[in-house]
Amino acid sequence: MCGLSQIGAEEYDRNANLTKLSDMFKTFVAGILLGIAGAAAGLYYLPVVDQSREQSLIIVHPNLGNTETFYANVPTDRILIGAKSQQNPLPPGLQWPDDAEFANLRVELFKIRNAKDAVVGVASRMAANDEVPGDVVEWVLHLPARGSIYFSMQPEPEEGGHRVGQLQAGTREFGSLHGEISERWIADTTESDDAPAGRIELITALAALQADL
Amino acid sequence: MIKYLIALLFGMAVGAVVFLGLLYFNPLTTQQRLSPITVTDNEVVKLGYSAAVQDMLIYTNDGESRVDPHPAKVLQLWEAPIRKTRAMATVLTDSRGQAAGIGIKFWSDSESTNILNGQAIVDSVWHIYMPERGSLFVAQSENLWSYLREVVIPAYWSSADNWRGIWRGNITAGPGALGTASVAGGSGEFAGLRSEGVEALSAKAYSVELGPVAVEGELSIEIPSEELEASPDP
Repeated sequence: MCGLSQIGAEEYDRNANLTKLSDMFKTFVAGILLGIAGAAAGLYYLPVVDQSREQSLIIVHPNLGNTETFYANVPTDRILIGAKSQQNPLPPGLQWPDDAEFANLRVELFKIRNAKDAVVGVASRMAANDEVPGDVVEWVLHLPARGSIYFSMQPEPEEGGHRVGQLQAGTREFGSLHGEISERWIADTTESDDAPAGRIELITALAALQADL
Repeated sequence: MIKYLIALLFGMAVGAVVFLGLLYFNPLTTQQRLSPITVTDNEVVKLGYSAAVQDMLIYTNDGESRVDPHPAKVLQLWEAPIRKTRAMATVLTDSRGQAAGIGIKFWSDSESTNILNGQAIVDSVWHIYMPERGSLFVAQSENLWSYLREVVIPAYWSSADNWRGIWRGNITAGPGALGTASVAGGSGEFAGLRSEGVEALSAKAYSVELGPVAVEGELSIEIPSEELEASPDP
């Protein structure tokens, strides 16, 4: 009698342990499903890339599109001067190619700032004087959170010293726009020791292309 | 009760790993290997460059990434709005390996990145000047997922912290409908040009410390012939 009850108790314990293990396995499987769902939801809802944005300081003109001003402080915002005749290469250590075909080419890279002096993007300026293309001055402005714009400038400056260019192509928020840009050098007049030598001012005047009605 | 909680948490961790593994080995997210413009009858300008940082004229980033800027004293892009942007200037070569132009490339991590769909998107633009020919602007969305999956991540997994092999793929994923870049001409013989292009990478070695070691890039740009432009509309 005593032996039978002992066997029954062992059986009961074994069954209870198996039930516990089975429940734990079910919990583990539920955890796997939750993990898969959680990872999928996380990747779907949480942005992998979140670009930092500065306020776009755009002036809207009645019936004339809008203008936006960008600056590059010189020399502090200049990343590169690539030119064969450059005595002091920028950045130090730059080895600009000395091929003859690049003799009339000058390439510059800048950080560009908005009207509040906050860095908002990077830009390249290429100037060349070749037989086939003639005088070439071009800008590409790359604003990571907004898009890029490509301008071809008139080689000769206008009266007042500014140079004007036409928008050739744009991407993302600039993709459906047309317009122009003006480039002007503004020398620093503050005579402060830590002030830059001056700044390049770029003013874009862009408007949406008119849709066919 | 604690045991059940541990089982649940362990299951969730396993589930997350299983999901990431499925994403990583998903055979449906393969790279487009054939360029859509290889079948064109028009002239195709091919411009090559080395993606190894030491071969570039300059390369700069936020200064905190694993790949160091080059040269060492180049201005770094540390400000928040440009922290996820890289810039480079490089000599572009023609198909014979001769210098054909100077190319500036800006590329930024894109908010349209979607790992669930196998899209590691980068928005990039090229500003190219080819002496005696003219200038070009190439804008594209690049999908680097296959490059990351098959070259960069295996380099991190390797005990030697590098990857060696042969990998080639088109990285251009748009904005063209066939996964092509948009090309605009600015001056010289390219003035007024509107066309398409494709950028491809060919990798042989990648180092965790140095980034691309033996990686060649190639830009293929279709130049529509005047005959085609002048042909009457049927």
